[in-house]
Order: sequence, then structure tokens, then C-alpha cells
Amino acid sequence: MTTVHGKSDRLSIYNFIFAQSDYLIDKTSHGHDLIVPSHTRDPRKLSIPSTAPLNCSTIYTRTPNTTYLPSPKAPMIALGLEGSANKIGIGLVSHPSTSKSPIVLANLRHTYNSPAGTGFLPKDTALHHRAWVVRLIKQCLHQANVKVEDVDVICYTKGPGMGAPLQSVALAARTVSLLWGKPLVGVNHCVGPLAQADTMRIYTDIEMGRSITRASNPVVLYVSGGNTQVIAYSSHRYRIFGETLDIAIGNCIDRFARTLMIPNDPFPGYNVEQLAKKGKNLVDLPYAVKGMDASFSGILAAADLLAKGLDEELPVEKRLKTEEGELVTREDMCFSLQETVYAMLVEITERAMAHVGSSQVLVVGGVGSNERLQQMMGLMARDRGGNVFATDERFCIDNGIMIAHAGLLEYETGITTRLEDSGVTQRFRTDEVYVGWRQ
Amino acid sequence: MAPSVDTPDPPPPPTLTRTPHTLPAPFTNSSLSVLTQGAEALVYRTTFLTPNTPCVLKYRPPKPYRHPTLDKRLTKARLLAEARVLVRVRKEGIKVPAVLGGDWENGWLVLEWVGGSTVRRVLDGWVESVQRRLADAEGGREQVEQPDLEAQVGGEEEILDLMRRIGRAVGKLHGIGVVHGDLTTSNLMLRPTPKANVAEKTGQLLDGDIVLIDFGLASQTTTQQQDEDRAVDLYVLERAFAATHPSAEPLFQEVLKEYGESYNGAKKVLKRLADVRLRGRKRSMLG
Repeated sequence: MTTVHGKSDRLSIYNFIFAQSDYLIDKTSHGHDLIVPSHTRDPRKLSIPSTAPLNCSTIYTRTPNTTYLPSPKAPMIALGLEGSANKIGIGLVSHPSTSKSPIVLANLRHTYNSPAGTGFLPKDTALHHRAWVVRLIKQCLHQANVKVEDVDVICYTKGPGMGAPLQSVALAARTVSLLWGKPLVGVNHCVGPLAQADTMRIYTDIEMGRSITRASNPVVLYVSGGNTQVIAYSSHRYRIFGETLDIAIGNCIDRFARTLMIPNDPFPGYNVEQLAKKGKNLVDLPYAVKGMDASFSGILAAADLLAKGLDEELPVEKRLKTEEGELVTREDMCFSLQETVYAMLVEITERAMAHVGSSQVLVVGGVGSNERLQQMMGLMARDRGGNVFATDERFCIDNGIMIAHAGLLEYETGITTRLEDSGVTQRFRTDEVYVGWRQ
Repeated sequence: MAPSVDTPDPPPPPTLTRTPHTLPAPFTNSSLSVLTQGAEALVYRTTFLTPNTPCVLKYRPPKPYRHPTLDKRLTKARLLAEARVLVRVRKEGIKVPAVLGGDWENGWLVLEWVGGSTVRRVLDGWVESVQRRLADAEGGREQVEQPDLEAQVGGEEEILDLMRRIGRAVGKLHGIGVVHGDLTTSNLMLRPTPKANVAEKTGQLLDGDIVLIDFGLASQTTTQQQDEDRAVDLYVLERAFAATHPSAEPLFQEVLKEYGESYNGAKKVLKRLADVRLRGRKRSMLG
């Protein structure tokens, strides 16, 4: 858990960027759902001044507003800060008082992309988030034409995720909360001792998907770089029916992209998908479904090993070939990996559907934006007389909106997070959160 | 197909209609009645070899979403694995349906027909009969809402004996290193012995052999993982008992008691079961 009071130099950086950041914002942006283009690949190249132009003590002397009960005024607006992995997402959501379907006021994101063949390290990612958070918040308010006074609540990702990026964004959330005198929502404390932590990210994804696609209690497949779970809702909790036994699906694909030196921009899974579209030979890979669970680490190891045989410098007889003697290409490997792992996902989802008697599937999370996965899921759902719902890339991939939306739902049931409880946590299970706003 | 452990209530039966599959030869034109439809396979009742030999046909239709090569590979591997486990388990003297035939290219497996009814139905019937008897005994008095089944258990030697037979059957299966993978009361059959057929007329329905069915998720494990898998098997069965009737749960203690005596290492599995109960079927992913 982080401490409430960050180091003074860190806070001063925030202050500085607050003062300066107007000059750094991409002025070409307009519209509501803008993804800020990546200007900087290496966070270390960002110029962050080491001296503090403002006195940070002014922050602490501000008295935060202690009357945090939701006011009856409508609509309520929430600012969401998400930064559990290599993307920092800031979103503004408004809930009209009569209905709970959210209105997206602004949805900004900036991604830290490490060079091809490498992954994003926590400290670099945290540095990236720290450098971008203020710019994005300011741009968000500017775009949505929302004044600071109109924001009701600050929501941030408490976990699960990478420690350092989570901490840096949580620190930003606390700072903004104190600076503006707004309540903070990060944790779900209503389940008492059980809810020492929450799985905000996961169920926010699900909540977003639900209200965007208007699906009625579907089986949810949550697939991203850090999570692989088959979930259904029952009596105020999201129940996990099946999940990965080791690494997440997105992690498997990303790491294989690293092996093949596939670029990380815009994201590795997208590049693997584009290559896979050109593949035609299916290479034998392990298939690891166990009941309703799946395992991906062995597949990754096998694919990595086979990929060694793609090296063009190897003598032809040592290179990887199909049964017909054709040389296997990078495209074929991507194709084979996708076909195998997505078939596994569809299978465990189908098991869960047969079990709960649902004919609808909702795919959420970053991997959910993959067209082949959506297509396969569609074929399966059609055979079961149902259909598949998927959100588009803006909402599939980590974003601030999902945090703002779920936080606002919690806030509306009267829940806020005290400053001293506003830490982060790296590991949390979906079924630990009590869902107070759903029947 | 999958173990039912995470839902508090049994779900309503699926109301979906799958696009009708054309069955492969030699079943294309036979009249079949669907028994169940899982995620994986369609199960039919039909006849095989002679028109008088009833049997179960388990057909795994090709999945349109899967790459055809991958689909063939999986169907073959799973069908063969299921058949192999069944043959091996039967050789060890455990009562399971015999494998009569199969075709991995076309994805069908024919198994011996097991008469009788599932333990789930037997338990439901037993709970009902006890409730009726209690209500009768109450006579003119106001009917008690929840008849105290637990108190009745002591007097019911037949049902306790059934539990012991279940415990023995499961213990024997685990004893030879096979884990069922989906051990619910619906996958346990009570096949009346010829003697019991006579007894049926006198109202004793609880006699007969326990036959284990549906080995689609079975595995033959040999290493440390085994205790965990065995414990999960027991946990799934326990939850299935609890789902039948809350008062049927004490009966399960008898299953465990007998299981603990059935093979070397059973005690260790029972200890592991306590861990599994605490966390649910899912391992916690902390640390």
C-alpha cells in the first residue's frame, strides 16, 4: 500500500505540469473519444524538471470537502483515472439521474510502447503515466467543456495491475481529490473485511460492456493482457466459472510477439492479428483446456520453441516445415497461435453457457477487440441460438471511462474511499466485489 | 458437462435449439432420441449391433468455429482418451459402461446402455418419500415446513448403505489413479441388480450397483497434482448433494467415511478436501 503523502518532489512535478501543461496538449484533438497519439516512445526522453516552481505545502493546507454524500443534483459527473498497465486512460462520464446508462463526455488514452522485442517495465511505465496524467486530465476537462466545480467524484484504479503504474495514478487521483476537494472512489468497502481490496478494473470492464451493448445477463468472457476469465453474474457477485491456470491470454500473445520481434505499436495483439490474416498453415501447438479452465504458458513455450525454426539464417533442412514440406512463415505461426488459443477461449465460454443456460456472450477486455475471436465466438453463439456482444476498441482496451462509470455507480450507492484507504493492490479477484447496484 | 459448483441454485435447463446435426453413418437414418446435450457432445439412445441391444451414442459434432485440422485432432484425442479410460477402469473391476464401438474420424462412441436411474433421481425420490411419511405421521397436526430429515437418517439403513456404495465406488476409481472430472449425482447411476428387481415390488428401490458414467473430463494423473484433483472430485460431488436437498448433506458424511477406508492415501485426500472447501473449487491466485 502506498502512503498518503508522496514525496514532495513528486507532488511538485504535478504542480508544475498543471501550470505548464496547456502548452503540451495536442491542440488538433477534438470530438469526444480521442486517443491521444503517441508522441514519445521512451518515457525517459520526457523532460521533467527537477526543481519545484510551486510550493507544494499549499496542497496540504487545503481542507478537503468532508461532506461526501451524493448531492441530488443531476447529472453527476465522474473523472476516471486508469493506469494499471502500459496505458494511461482518463475519462469523464456523466450519469443522468433518471437512467443509469452513462454518457461519455471525454475518453483520452496514451500508451507507453516499449521497443519491439521488449515488454514494458513497471518503473518506465510509471514514469510515463506520471508524465502524462496531468496533461490528459486537463485535456479531458477542456474537451468535455466541464468545469472543475462540476465534477462530483474522482475514481481511480485500485487494482489489480502492475504496482508502480497503479501507484503513480493513485497518487495523481489523491492529489486531484485534495486539490479540488472532491471525494475519491477507488475501493469497494461495503463487503467489510472481505473487501480489503477490489477488482474494480474487471467489473468496470464488465459494467461498461453491459451498458454499452445492453446485453441481458450474458456469460462474460474477460480477456486482456492480465486477465482471462469466464464470468457470470449471480446474487450480487460476478462468479468466475473458468479462468486461466497460469498466464493471461493477452500476455501469451504479447510475449510471442516479442519472440518474433513484432512491434508493440499500437499494441502487439493487433500486429499479431494482422500477420495472422496472411497465415494459412496450421502448426501443431498444444491445446490445454481443463474443464472450464485453460492454460496458456505451455502453448507459449511450445510456440517460442517452434519459432526458433523460422530463422532464415538456418540451413533449409533445419528450418520449420509443414507436413507437405512447405516452409513455415511468421504469418503461419501467428495464425496457428491465434487459432489455438481462441478456440480454447470459445470452448470454455461454451461450457459456461451450457452450464448456466445462457445463449448470450459478452466479450470484454483488450483481446476482445480481436476480429477473429469475435468471429469464432459468433459462430459458436449462433449454433446455440444466441449472439455475441463485443465493445469496440475504445472501450475494450483499458480506458478511464470504465473506471469513472463503475466508480460513479458505487458513489451513487453512497460509497467513497477515505484518503488513508486510497492505496492500491496488485492482486484481486473479480468475485471479491459486492455489486450493490445490480439486482 | 462442467462441474456445477459456483452457482447456488441449479440453473434452468437451456431452452436453446441447436441446428440439427446430420449424424454420421451408420446412424444417419436410425431413429434416435436425444438424452442430453452438453457443450461437447450430443447423447442419444439407440441400438447397436443387434436391434435388441440398447446403447448410448455419444456424438461430438464438428465445431464450426474451430480450424478443421484442429477440430479433427481434438475430437480424436478426446474420444480416444474417454474410451481408453473407460476400458481401463472396467478392466480394474469398477462398474462403468462398456465401450461397444467408436469412430474417431467421425466423432462417435457407442457405450453400453446402463439401466436404472441416476443417483440424483433416487435421492430426490427418497427425500420426497421421507417427507410424505413424516407428513402422514404428523396426522392432524399442522404440517412442519422442514421435516427433520437428519433425525430420520439414523433409521434408514438402506440409504446409508447406498452412500457407502457410492463412497466405495469413488474410492476405487481414485485408488487406481483415475479422476472423474465431473463427479455429480447425475453422473452416478444406480443399476438395479436382478435381485433388486424383485425387491422393487416391495418398495426397496435403493438396492443395486453404482455405475459411474460420463468420463468426458476424466484424467489419469499420476503425480502430486492427484490429491488436489481427487479432492475437487469429492467437492463437486458434495456440492451436488447439497444442491439436491439441504438435509441430504449429512448423508454425504457417510460417503466420505467409506471413501476414507477405501484405499491408501484416501485420508490425505479428505484433508485436502477441507482446503478445497474453504476456498471453493478455484485456487486463489495470490502469491
